[in-house]
Amino acid sequence: MQDVHRHYTMGDSVVRALDGISFEVERGAYWAIMGPSGSGKSTLLNLLGCLDRPTTGAYLLGGEDVSRLTDDRLSEVRSTKLGFVFQSFQLIQQLSILENVEVPLFYQGVAPHESRERARKALERVNLGDRVHHRPNELSGGQQQRAAVARALVNQPIVLLADEPTGNLDSKTAREILDLFDELHAQGSTILLVTHDPGVASRAEWVLRVMDGKLDRVEPGGRHRAAAGTGA
Amino acid sequence: MITTALRTFQLGLRGVARHGLRSLLTSLGVLFGVASVIAMLAIGEGLSHDVQARIQALGSNNILVRSIKPPESNSAAAERSRMSVYGLTYDDAERIQKTLPNAQVVVPVRAIYQDARYVDRRSDARVVGTVPWFGETNQFTLASGRFVTEIDLEVRSPVCVLGFTVARELFPLEEPLGKLIKLGTQAFRVVGVMQPRTVLTGDEQGTMEDLSRDVYAPLTTVREYWGEIIVKVSSGSRDMEQVELHQLQVRVADVKRVEITAAVLREMLQASHKTKPDYEVVVPLSLLRDAEETKKDFNRVLGAIAGISLLIGGIGITNVMLATVTERTREIGIRRALGAKRKHIVAQFLVETVVLAGGGGVLGMALGWLITVLVPKINAKLHPMPTQESYVLSFVISVVVGIVFGLYPAWRAATMDPVEALRHE
Repeated sequence: MQDVHRHYTMGDSVVRALDGISFEVERGAYWAIMGPSGSGKSTLLNLLGCLDRPTTGAYLLGGEDVSRLTDDRLSEVRSTKLGFVFQSFQLIQQLSILENVEVPLFYQGVAPHESRERARKALERVNLGDRVHHRPNELSGGQQQRAAVARALVNQPIVLLADEPTGNLDSKTAREILDLFDELHAQGSTILLVTHDPGVASRAEWVLRVMDGKLDRVEPGGRHRAAAGTGA
Repeated sequence: MITTALRTFQLGLRGVARHGLRSLLTSLGVLFGVASVIAMLAIGEGLSHDVQARIQALGSNNILVRSIKPPESNSAAAERSRMSVYGLTYDDAERIQKTLPNAQVVVPVRAIYQDARYVDRRSDARVVGTVPWFGETNQFTLASGRFVTEIDLEVRSPVCVLGFTVARELFPLEEPLGKLIKLGTQAFRVVGVMQPRTVLTGDEQGTMEDLSRDVYAPLTTVREYWGEIIVKVSSGSRDMEQVELHQLQVRVADVKRVEITAAVLREMLQASHKTKPDYEVVVPLSLLRDAEETKKDFNRVLGAIAGISLLIGGIGITNVMLATVTERTREIGIRRALGAKRKHIVAQFLVETVVLAGGGGVLGMALGWLITVLVPKINAKLHPMPTQESYVLSFVISVVVGIVFGLYPAWRAATMDPVEALRHE
């Protein structure tokens, strides 16, 4: 991220949600983004997730500047390079767990039998191999979030983005999800996690603090192991 | 590519199937639109087919000139004499035959109402005095026996050909051929029996004339037996009429010249019947043309009605789809976040509307077909003739309605901000 600004125009006034923010995350790193509400961390996550484009500045993802891509190209980036885990799971209620996990592959144009196979494997990886034909509302919150994680992983993304992934879970299932993140990180996944819970943040290697649309500071997380990360 | 399209289609189908009742209600507008178009087109086609068949029975090569009783305007003279003289004359027939080059044959007809009797049975008949070539201009078919011949005409033979109904009433069991019957007071020998037949009279109401009460005899014989004066007894007073010929049929060899010939004929008759309008000219070909014009007008009106009903159906679909899009905002957000392009979202919702409208179209086709089957059972006069084109056309139109009225909701869905959509409750 290089000097990224995101301004919204509301009526006559300009809201500077992000006001010049720069940082770099290495492949395989595990970062937490923290900040009070209104600090711009959600905006930052939307930019990181290619759901939004910066007003100015550049965002290089896997070496490609994605800050000026067309809407269609951004969709492709989301489908091939990114995985999302949301606070409220965001599973499609009308589809089975397996079909939910298949959705990203559908938009990549993966053949049906292959996508079925990959989705099944991803679900096995999060220990939901025996629940593939259930509907989301037939599962517990923890199970739903594990299904969402499986969906985020199924396209083998460069970065896994998580927005308050434990916000709707009790502490026991929250720990399960965080353990799953640790495991994925150990297997080499890059994870960016937005949270306001210091306990959750402490699991990351680095914690990035955002304040008033600017980078406040970057500090080592609870499990800092000399991974790379540079400040503003 | 094909599998993607197929899966998008599946996705759309699931969207429609998810709310079965709602989908059915949504497609009702298109359903009834299509059904009514098919049914009305079929009924219209059937009607115009009937009309055309009847007009064609008059013969599209023919021009009919009929004697009509003029309005009793100069009634003073008529009352004094108690005798009205009007109508076509033998001179007219001769003049037409001589002066009109296109007139291939001229068939004079003289009709008198008489009782037909055989032993103790009687039947109301219309004695038609005519010539041997009457049959060929009128597309007649004999059930048995023969028609009036040239020799009959020459020697004024007392022979007759019975219309179907008359034959059945007089001879319910016996063979009529060769029997002697009485027409009024005169004896005639039966030489032939006709098939049943009805034709249009050619008036504007499209009245049908039953010709199976006709009894055909040589014109010369009829003239000799009954003369030119017909006496009608009605409510105590005796009305006398003198009419030489009741009808003249002019056959034109070339169909293209029928209307020109008719125009010339009109002028000729106008010259010789200056005093009173005591004749009418009927051109079946013009009637046919009028009928086709009417059918076109009918189809135009039908098209407008169909257009309006499909428009209403389409608006209904748009309305429901907009609600569906709002209802599924989150799903759209999720799909966008997971890599769906705008075109994927457009395709998904467009497929749903096309399935809704197309499904409504197919159900409407079934209902329309059912109506065309049921209508004759309710009204036996109607024979709906559904055309293949109407089915193909209504299906294509319903799919087009789906696309046109689905575009806006689909576009709304696709242009949603994914971030906003994900946040939607």
